[in-house]
Amino acid sequence: MQDNTHTALQNLILQIADNELIMGHRNSEWTGIGPIIEEDIAFASIAQDQVGQAWNLFQLLEKEFGMADPDQVAFTRNEKDFKSSHFVEMPIGEYDFSLVRHYFFDTAQLLRFEGLSQSSFDPLAKLARKFHGEIKYHVFHAQTWMKQLAEGNEVSKARMQTAIHEAFAAALGMFESVPDEQLLIDQHIFEGEESLKNKWMQLVGSQLITWGYELPSNVAPVLGGGKGYHTEYLQPLLDEMGEVFRLDPSAEW
Amino acid sequence: MVSNDQIWTALSTVMDPEIPVLSVVDLGIITDISVTNNTASIKMTPTFSGCPAIRLMEKQVHDAVMTLGFSEVMVETNFDVQWNTNRISAKGKEIIKNFGLAPPPEHHGNVDMDSLAHTACPHCNSVNTTMKSPFGPTLCRSLHYCFDCLQAFEAFKPVS
Repeated sequence: MQDNTHTALQNLILQIADNELIMGHRNSEWTGIGPIIEEDIAFASIAQDQVGQAWNLFQLLEKEFGMADPDQVAFTRNEKDFKSSHFVEMPIGEYDFSLVRHYFFDTAQLLRFEGLSQSSFDPLAKLARKFHGEIKYHVFHAQTWMKQLAEGNEVSKARMQTAIHEAFAAALGMFESVPDEQLLIDQHIFEGEESLKNKWMQLVGSQLITWGYELPSNVAPVLGGGKGYHTEYLQPLLDEMGEVFRLDPSAEW
Repeated sequence: MVSNDQIWTALSTVMDPEIPVLSVVDLGIITDISVTNNTASIKMTPTFSGCPAIRLMEKQVHDAVMTLGFSEVMVETNFDVQWNTNRISAKGKEIIKNFGLAPPPEHHGNVDMDSLAHTACPHCNSVNTTMKSPFGPTLCRSLHYCFDCLQAFEAFKPVS
C-alpha cells in the first residue's frame, strides 16, 4: 500500500473509532437516569458495544499502523487530535434528542459497516462484519421508539419532530471525508462519505415519512470535527473520560 | 504427546463468566487449536466486540491448557472465524434453556428481527410471547414476556 493511501486509511479508521468512542461515552451517560429501566439498560448496552467497537478499531490501528495502545490513544490525546463529529459530542439533552441521535447515528453505522464488510482491506472488513451484526440490534431498538413516539400523542410526536430538526444539520456532519479519500474509493477500501450520505438520506427520509414525521430540507452539514475543530462540549467530556486513567497511566488493570 | 481431545476436554472446564454453566467450547468461541513441539496454540473469538470478559477468558483458557504439561500456551483472540449463535452446540443450547434463558434459534446468516417477537418461552414453551427490549442484563440477552404463563423471561439472542 502506498504511503498516502496508508495515511488516508489510518485517518478513516481513527475517525470511525473516535465517533464510536465519543458516541459510546455520551450514551453511557444515560446509565442510571433513563426514563424507564429498559431504556437505561438499552443505552448502557449500546454504549458498551460502541466502546468495544472503538477498542477493536484502536487495536487494529496499533497492530497494522503502529499507533500506541488503545488506552493511550483513547485517554491521552489532545482534543485537536480527535476526529469525532460535532454530532456525537453534543450533550445528551432530553431523551427525545438522544433517541433521534441514536437513530441517525446507528442507521449511518449500519450502512457504513455493511459497505466496509466488503472492503479490500481485510482486517477492517472482518471487524465491519462483526459490528454489523451488533448494530442491527441498535437500529431495531431505535426504530421501535421512533415509530412508537410518532404514534404516541401530539406531545410525543411534536417533541420528536423538534429533535429531528435540531439534530439534522449536525447529523449530516457524520459524513466528513478524510483527506485523499478518493484513493480509498479507487482501491475499493471504502465507498466514500458521499455515497454513504446518499444511502442514509434515502433510508432515513423514507422511514421518517412512513412514521409521519417531516424530513428537514435544505440543511447544510456541520463539518469540522474530522479536521480537529470541535465544539465546546468535547474537552469536558475528554477530561471526564480520561480522569481515572491519567491518575496513573502506568497502572496495571 | 497430548492429544487434541485432551485439549478440548481441558477447555470444556472453562466457563462463560456470564452463564457459568456454559463452557467456552459449547459457547463456540474456540475457533482453532494446534500443537507444535511442546507449545499449544489456541485461537478464540469474542461473542460481542464489547465483551468485557474476553481478557479473563483468555487467561482461564491459558491456565486450563497449561495443566496438560505444555511448556507454553499461546492464546490469541481474533476475528478470522467470526462467532455467531449457530456456533453454540446442541448441548450448549440445552444448558442455556436449563439456565432459564430461551436459546437462540438456528439462522441462515440473516437474523430477522421479526422472528424475535415470538421467541419460545423457556418455562412453558409457548410462542404466545412478545419482546420487551432487545437489550438485557448482558449484551447477549434480550427481554421477553410470555402471555400464557405470565412470566417475564430472557433470551440468548440470535446473532449472525
